[in-house]
Parts: sequence; structure tokens; C-alpha cells
Amino acid sequence: MSISSTKLQVMWNRLLAVVEEQGQALIRAAFSPIVRECGDISAGIFDFEGRMLAQAVTGTPGHINTMAEAVITLRAQFPVQDMKPGDIYMTNDPWIASGHLNDFLLLMPVFHTDRVIGFTSCTSHLVDLGGLGMGPEGSDIYDEGLLIPPCKLVSGGEVNALLMDIVKANSREPVANEGDIYALIACCEAGATRLSAMMTEFGIDDLQALSDYIIDTSHTATVAAIANLPKGTWHNTLTVDGYDSPITLRASLTIAEDHLLIDFTGTDPCSGKGINVPLNYATAYTVFALRCIIGPETPNNAGSLAPFRVTAPKGCILNAQAPAPVAMRHTLGQMTPDLVYGCLSQALPDIVPAEGASCMYDLPLRNAPATGAQSREHFAVELVFNGGTGARPKLDGLSATAFPSGVWGSQVETTEAAAPVLIHRRELRSDSGGAGRYRGGLGQRIELSSSIDEEIMLFLSVERVNTPAQGRYGGENGASGRIRLNEAGENLPSKGEFRIMPGETLIFETPGGGGFGPPEERCRDALGRDIDAGHVSAEAAKIQYGAKS
Amino acid sequence: MTSTDEYRLAIDIGGTFTDTVLIDGVHGILATAKTPTTTHAPDLAAMEGATRVLQTAGIGWDQVGTFIHGTTLATNALIERRGASVATITTEGFRDILEIAFERRYSQYAINIEKPDLIVQRKHAFTIRGRMNAQGEEVEPIDLSGVVALAETLRTQKIEAVAICLLHAYANPAHERALRNALLKQMPDLVISLSHEVSPEAREFDRLCTTIANAYIQPLMAGYLANIQTRFKAAGLTCPILMMTAGGGMTTLETAARLPIRLVESGPAGGAILAARIARETGASEVLSFDMGGTTAKLSLINGFRPQMSRKFEVSRAARFIKGSGMPVRIPVIEMIEIGAGGGSIATVDTLGRVTVGPQSAGSDPGPVGFGKGGTAPTVTDADIALGYIDPDRFAEGRLQIDRPASEAALADSIGSQLGLNAGSSATAVTEIVDEAMASAARMHAVESGKDVSERLMIAFGGNGPLHATRLARRAGISRILIPQDPGVGSAVGFLFAPVSFEIIRSHYTTLDELDPDAINSLLSDMQAEATEVVRAGAPASKLHERRVAFMRYKGQGHEIEIELDPRALNASGITDLTTAFEAEYQRQFGRRVPGMTIEILNWGLSMSSTAPALTEAPPPPAANHISATSARMVWCNIAEDWRNAGVFDRADLQPGDTFDGPALIVEPQTTTFVSTDFRASIDARRNIWMTTRHEAAS
Repeated sequence: MSISSTKLQVMWNRLLAVVEEQGQALIRAAFSPIVRECGDISAGIFDFEGRMLAQAVTGTPGHINTMAEAVITLRAQFPVQDMKPGDIYMTNDPWIASGHLNDFLLLMPVFHTDRVIGFTSCTSHLVDLGGLGMGPEGSDIYDEGLLIPPCKLVSGGEVNALLMDIVKANSREPVANEGDIYALIACCEAGATRLSAMMTEFGIDDLQALSDYIIDTSHTATVAAIANLPKGTWHNTLTVDGYDSPITLRASLTIAEDHLLIDFTGTDPCSGKGINVPLNYATAYTVFALRCIIGPETPNNAGSLAPFRVTAPKGCILNAQAPAPVAMRHTLGQMTPDLVYGCLSQALPDIVPAEGASCMYDLPLRNAPATGAQSREHFAVELVFNGGTGARPKLDGLSATAFPSGVWGSQVETTEAAAPVLIHRRELRSDSGGAGRYRGGLGQRIELSSSIDEEIMLFLSVERVNTPAQGRYGGENGASGRIRLNEAGENLPSKGEFRIMPGETLIFETPGGGGFGPPEERCRDALGRDIDAGHVSAEAAKIQYGAKS
Repeated sequence: MTSTDEYRLAIDIGGTFTDTVLIDGVHGILATAKTPTTTHAPDLAAMEGATRVLQTAGIGWDQVGTFIHGTTLATNALIERRGASVATITTEGFRDILEIAFERRYSQYAINIEKPDLIVQRKHAFTIRGRMNAQGEEVEPIDLSGVVALAETLRTQKIEAVAICLLHAYANPAHERALRNALLKQMPDLVISLSHEVSPEAREFDRLCTTIANAYIQPLMAGYLANIQTRFKAAGLTCPILMMTAGGGMTTLETAARLPIRLVESGPAGGAILAARIARETGASEVLSFDMGGTTAKLSLINGFRPQMSRKFEVSRAARFIKGSGMPVRIPVIEMIEIGAGGGSIATVDTLGRVTVGPQSAGSDPGPVGFGKGGTAPTVTDADIALGYIDPDRFAEGRLQIDRPASEAALADSIGSQLGLNAGSSATAVTEIVDEAMASAARMHAVESGKDVSERLMIAFGGNGPLHATRLARRAGISRILIPQDPGVGSAVGFLFAPVSFEIIRSHYTTLDELDPDAINSLLSDMQAEATEVVRAGAPASKLHERRVAFMRYKGQGHEIEIELDPRALNASGITDLTTAFEAEYQRQFGRRVPGMTIEILNWGLSMSSTAPALTEAPPPPAANHISATSARMVWCNIAEDWRNAGVFDRADLQPGDTFDGPALIVEPQTTTFVSTDFRASIDARRNIWMTTRHEAAS
């Protein structure tokens, strides 16, 4: 390493800072609650060939591979020699961008000394693209709204007005969509300006040396982390609730000398409803889960991502093909970490956590259309709650905490200010964490009703109602999720459209995480603290943990 | 309240040093002292520092007209968990607000994290029946029938302080008050913090945390404040003691004892106040304040001569500099980015073969390797020593002999051997990384605030600020730097320019379309009465200044923009003005307004402050006098990437008008200013050092 490699490192740090700045600016300007609550955006910088050099670490892992792949696809589609300063390309094609129509991806060539030296890209979740809206009820992609194939959105700084009109004309939230697209444009432009300014500051004319340094360093570090792992192939099967019948997901994980291969052969075919997952999105969550354990300190870029390869037969539910409906692709996408951890745990039994609630328990509520006309309140909110994470080999799971996503839970006071609902309870569910040497995280119980005695519509797309999070190595399963109207009401299925009638209380219980190791090996002090805190009841302590008194 | 011939004394108790400054309005700074902080009894060092500066100036205790005090005691009690045993009482059904929190891991890729310790264990978390709604209407009356039994349990659990946080208490505090009265009947000596008094804002998790933090340090701080009052009174002090707050204002001992959480981070706030004061003196309205000490660097923005404020702050982060890993408190604070980059920050090589610096710090004990006090890990200061920026014989007034070969050997061993670099290249790598980290933080902070950092004047202070200022400035694109007098005790100097002030933020949700001027006017006049009472207690005669703001956004967005309100009552045309002001500010920050969207307001703020000490008239600018140094030493020039001879100046000898080009070093007792090759230094009429890029200086 010479002084110049210190400079390369400084420039690398600068690129990471620039993408984080871009990401923060996008979040602040966004209109979509899912962006605000979950940071469902990304920003990245790419070299001339389209190799990703830096990407913002945002709230949801769903953009990790998708952006890297999308840029390569778009770059191949539009010849570089035709690109002019101020051009920006766009698409929301789920199979190119990020798995469903709501995610818009923009790509901008960066000019420095009159030629293209790289690209900036950013992506954000738009509020509404028409169709049936964001829910699992669509039967194909055409039901789900407007698809924009790769196209030029901005030409030499001039926005294509017709294209913008089309996006607005096909949305229930045209103003918000326009605001979000302008924020994306500003984000690309700011990134391009900063990249070019950095090159001037450091006196470089192209990104070649920097790009090679970032990618080689990251690749070497990731391969070194893989080299330390045991080699072989491991298999796992995970059954999930599905839309109306259980779905089996299968994975095999091969750890080779310098790469990992995950293959989903054997996974069930697509569902008729919009819970199917394009492979780019399944790959994002799969790779995220693996990188939490293998080389997490190396930033995401073409070098650190290359050793992770994900394959699946076309048409299986983790490699949905157009025109399959995919609006709620995150519901199953968020289950893929548990699927691959089931493989990895066999190779690394002391490192990989037990299964958790995994899928976020979002609760989109709006006024029923019938009452909307005369109602005092016209509202739509998307509340987010989480269950418990799986117990770790040396630590308990985290109660009511998002994993693998990074969403923020909703606050009761702001929810009640934004929507005519009254939340009667939001407390941890005792005994919902899977028993074990280390206990799974607890789920929570939310009770909610209308505060103005009017019907509320509810759209469910969650998991783990029929199939609880499994414990590992003797640990017990976590409690299943359970959703019903009134204490004595029948359990609702995990997906579909329901109504909370005036006077009814929705009881929304999120799942607990699985336990790790045999419960009888749990440290008695820790069990005592659980009983003191009420996380474990005295009765469960006796039955599940064999406590004496 | 202050006249120009009055003596004003400020004491800032920091983690390592206690800084004391005495000034009068005519001569400015009369004396300063830096004494080691006496952690076991912080008032000892404070008394020692005060005695020293009074002796130096030859004045008596009874001549001191203003006494301002800031302390890290509140912050440290929270970090070191030395507070009271606290229980919480929340609304029935919401026992787990604390444990559920934001449902979020603070680090995305770390699967083995633990959630932050938020002080109160679940067995000390109690609930009570009764419910308000978001509009402040009672949905269910409070049920106090269980209070006798609850008091018994609190006694059994040996609870010393209680934090009460009931849902929507910011909108209607009646239940919180009723519960406090009922509890006090059973336990007259119980310390109780009510959420609507500590932080009357919506969002139950933040409000509960703030109330807990306040209750937790209340017994300790009340005892400390009573103690210093007794002690200094006994010494002969006749004026009241005013406490510095995180918001950059002063408050009375009574308010400080009631709301001790507002005292956290008062030291760094002093630095920003100093920067704001200098901004006003020099007419530079937009400033980046850069305070680099031994453990961290703190960056804050001064906009329109005022420090940028925030409503939220995090104490005792588990992963020290990661957002979300600590306990959120909602109080008015001067917004500051703090990163683990100080003189004592340790440099290492990570698994990717990259040089990293901090957040681990060698602190003052054992300190950098070059200090010869047992430190073995190379630090930023060691890199500065190796690059020649610190004169081994003149550091800390010669009280500490610097061992340069030891610094170089440590850099070569820990960094160079792994990367194939010599000591000099290792040192360059360390400073480049740390300077880039600070520049990134500055840019990021500015971007998050919708500002551009490069256009700003940088005001640099703290023990290491003047040393790194030019290097940071270059990376952030900044072309003008100012180093004030006595930069080593900048925070304490800043205390002396703070007004007595109090700020209140209350939640009251409305869209602009549905805004009811009467309701808002009544809310604001309540806030005005409360703030006035608090400020009057500390500034009985001063003219008061009021500032009203609304926190607004487009409906559907998550980020609010602060818009200043006319201090008069709001009427229909005021609402139109608000719309215009919001759209203009939105356009400025995001490039484009969004027509047709509903605008909503969530929170309302009001701050009241006394008149700050008057500015002294600026002496006429001196004529430039190009001088050259009488001595020189070799320093690393990061422009030429080679060693260069740098002139060495003693700051005490420099006169207004003196001008010289870098590379140069300006030495003074508590710090050194490095003028890099691309900058020109000059001394203004107030004896501030200005450094301007030579490109800028020439134009």
C-alpha cells in the first residue's frame, strides 16, 4: 500500500458518505409512509461498466442486489455513446427494479470532462400506481397497476412531461407520485455533481483505479471470510402459510472455496395471488441474511456481492415470471432469511439464530368506501408492528423487533392523531417466546377499534399464523401469530381483506421467535428474571423449563 | 442584566478538565484556568479554578456579578448509570412502551446486538386505568383506587423516583396531575417527574424516556445544585448561580433542579454559543462550528447568527456513535454531530486492510504514545507529532515533554508494518482518514439540514480544532477559518455570552385548512406565560425576546420543517403567511414545492430569552502587515506531499494586521494552529486568527 492507496481509501469513504447523504435526502422528501417508517429507498454509485461501488445502507434490505442488477440491465439497454449530460433513465418493471410496481428506479450517467465515467442510481417506493392498489388480491401484474418499461425520463435536463402525466393519470395519489419522482431526480443529480466534484478535488479523470481498488479489496475480504467456513452442501425446507394453502420453500446452500451458491429447486410454484417473489428480490433478502454472518463489515458493492450466487427454477414462487402478480412480494421475501439460515445453521451451529417472526406485521387500515362518503374521517394509514426475533446461540431473541427488515414500529399517540382509531393495548405477549437455553423474542398484542363507531377496512398480508417460528437444537417454537375480531372471535387467515365493524375490537397478536437449545439448560437466574418481569409465567416456567416452584 | 463593567465568571466542568474563565465587559478575558476535574467531588475543581482566576485578576467574590455554571454531571450520571431507582407508571394496556420502543435494531447487519438499557426494568413498570384521546378529551376517568397499594409496592421495591407518562398527557395533563397528587399523599418525599412537564410532545416512547431520564438524575442533581450554592455562598459569592442548558441558554437553580435533563451536554453547547457570538461580531451569519477535543469532534451549524437547534438528543449510546443505540430524550438542544475523532482517538488497521481511527480513545490517561504516560496505541495526536505539527518542546507550555520517536515507532508498528508504510506515510494515512471522517460528518450534517457547508466560515476551537482546521476545511470545500482567542477553553467562554432562556415545545395537531386561530393563540399564550416566568426568575430586569415556531410538513411526509411565526396572535392572514413561508422554505430545501398537497402542523415551539451581553464595538480593521517568522521547523506539507519548512509564531506576539502564508504554526499554551500551505493567516482587530485559502485571499 502506498500513499495513493490511502487516497483511494479516502475516496471510497467519500463515496459511502455521498450515497448516505443521497439516501437521507430521499427519505426526508418522500411521501410514502413505507419510506418514512422503513426507509424503503436506496442510492448507489456505479463505475463506467455498471459495477456497483457504493450503496446506502437503508431500512430495508430489498434493494441490495436488485439495484446492482438493475443498473447492469439498463446500461446494456441504452448505448453509452447516446447518453447526454442531464439524461436520466427510469423503470418500475418488478423484474428489473425491485420486485413490485411501487419501486421506481432511476439511473443517471455521470459526465466528467465531457465523457461518461460512471452512473448514479436511486430507488424509492411510490405511494400508488393504480390497479387494485397495494394488496395481495391481484391475479396478474396487469391487475396491480402501471408498469413503465425502461425509458428516458429526463433528456438533457428536460423532464418528459407526457411520461410524468401518464404516471400521474394512473395513480390515486398523483401529486405525491410527482413529488417522489422529482425527489428521485434531485437525488441522482446531487450524486452525479458530488462524484464529479470529488474527481476534480482528487485530480482523477476516471474511476478505473478507484473502482478496481474498492471491488478487489471487498472481494478479497469476502472470499477470505468464506474460506474460513466449513465446505459442503446443506438443505432446508420451510413451510409458510401462503395465501390460502401452505407453501413449501426449499433451499440448498453450497459453501465452496471462494463462493456460496443458494438454489431454490424444489420450491412450490407461484400462487394465484400477489404474494409471488421475483428472483431479484428473493436474492436481495437471501444475500442480506448471509452477509449478516459472512463478512458484514465489508460494504455492499460488486466485489462483496459477487461471491453470493442465487439460482431458482423459473416459475417457482421465489422466481416468479411475468405476468405473475407480485405486489406483496415482501411477505415471502422476508421469509427467505429463515429458509437459508436453516441451511447455514447446519454448517455453523454456534452462530446462526433460530427462526423468528421475520415477516413484518403491517396493518394497513382505511375507512370503508361505503362509509367514506358520509364519514367524518377519510383516512388511510399503514401501521407496522413486529414479532419476536429468533434466539441467538448465545443471546435471547429480541422482543417485538424487526428482522430481517429494519422497519420502525408505529407510535400509539401519532397513530391516534392520524386516524380515527383507539388503541386499547400494546403489550408484550407473555410466554410467546420459544423456550430454550436462550429464549426467543416475545411477540406483542395490539387491541384496536374505531374511535368514531365506523367500519374500518383492513388488508392483511402476514405470515406465521399457521406455521410458527421453529426453535433450533432443542429450542421450542415461538407462539404463532393470531388475528381475530373480539376475544371470542374466530381466527382470521393471514392474508385477505377484512372489516372491523363498529363496536368490534381487532386483536392483533404478533408471533414470538424460536428458542435455541434445550429449555432445561436455561440459566436459572435468567429464568428468574423472566418470571420477575412477566416475560415467562410461573406456570410456563414449570411446564416448559421444568422450574421447581 | 449585565453592564459592561461587571465581572462575569464561567465554570465548565468537563469529563477531563474543569475550565474557568473570568471576563469583564471592557477588557474581555481577564484570566482562564484549566484544572483536572475532581470526579468524586466536582465542586472541588470548580472552587479551585474560580479561586485561581479571581486571584489572578485580583478581585473578590463579592465583585462577581454573574456566575454561570455548566457540568457534565448530568450526562455522566446517565452514562455511568449512577442515578436513582426509578419506577414508571403508564396507561393500562401500555406497560411495555419502553421495551417495545421503535421495534428496531440500531445496526442493520449486526445480528448479535442487544437493545439499549433504558434504566427501568419491567418489574418496576406499573400501569393505571384512565384514558385521554389525541384531542385531549377524557375517554375514561382515571381510577385512583389502587394508589395506596401501588405506594406500598413502590416502598417495598425501594423506589426513589417515579416517572409518570400517560397517553396524550401533552394534550391534557389532568390525569398525570391527579396521579401525582394521590401518590404524594401516600409518599410525601417521593420524587416524581410528569411527562407533560418534562416533554409535552406526542410520541409516547420518546416522552417516557425523557421523563425517566429526568427522574433518574433528579435526586442527584438536586443535591449537587444545593451543595454548590451553599459552598460558593460561603466563599462569598453574592450573585445568583445560573446553570447552562443543552439549549444554549441559562436557567435558574430552581428550574435546573426541576428539569435536570435540560442540563445534559451543556459544555458542547457553550462552544456553539461562542461560535454564534463570534459570528455576530464578525458579521458572518452562516458558520460551521468545529470543536475538536481529546476524545471527540463536535460540529454544529450557525444559521443567521443562531445555533441550529434540535428537539431530540440521544444519551449513552451503546455503540457510541451509532444513531438509535442510546436513550432518546426530547429537550431543546443545540444540534450537534459528535464523532469519535479526537486527538486521543486510536488508529488501527481493519480486516480489509483499511486504516480506521476511533471511536476508541486513549483519552488523557494513558493518552497518546508521544506523551510518554504509558500509552502504546498510536493516536491522531501521535500522527500530528510525527508530521511535525506539534513542537515537542513547547507543547502545553513545556509542562509535557513530547517523545516524537515513540510516536513514530508506534505508528510504524501498528499501521506501517501491516500496510508496508513508513512512519511518515502511516501518519499521513491516519490524519487523512480522520480529516475525511470529520469532513464527511460536516457535509452529511449540512445536507440533512438542507444546507451547504462549503460556503460557510469555519470557527475552530478545542484542544485540537485549530490543529486540524485547515485540513478539514480543504476536504469540506471551506475557504475561510477563524480561530478565536483562548480556543482551548472555548466552551466556558461561550457560557459568558448566553442569554437566560427557556424553550417549550408542545404538540397540537392541525392541518392548515382546519387551523383554529383561537385554540392556537390560547396554546401559545400558555406557553408564553410559562416561559416568561422561568426566564424572569433569572433575568428580572432584562428586555425579553420571544420566538415562536411551527413544525410543518406536507401531509404524508415524515420530516418537518421549522417555520418561524409572527409573535403576535394568529389570524386568517397569518395562516396565509404560514403557507407562503412553508412553501418557500420547502422549495429552498427540496428544490420544488408540491402544489395541491395539504399542509399539516404537529408541534409548536416558543422560546423566551433575555438580552445577551451587548457586543463591543469592533475596532477598525488593521492594515495588513506581512511578517515572517523568526524560527521554523520541518512539517509535512500535504499539498506538495513533501516536507517543508514552516514558520513558527507565538500567538502572544502576534499583533492585529500581522499576515503570513502557510506552512506555518501558531503556538499558544493550550493548542497549536496549523496554517497549511494553501492558506494565508492574518490577525484581526480582536486578535482572532483568520485563515483564508490563498486562492480566496488573492481574489
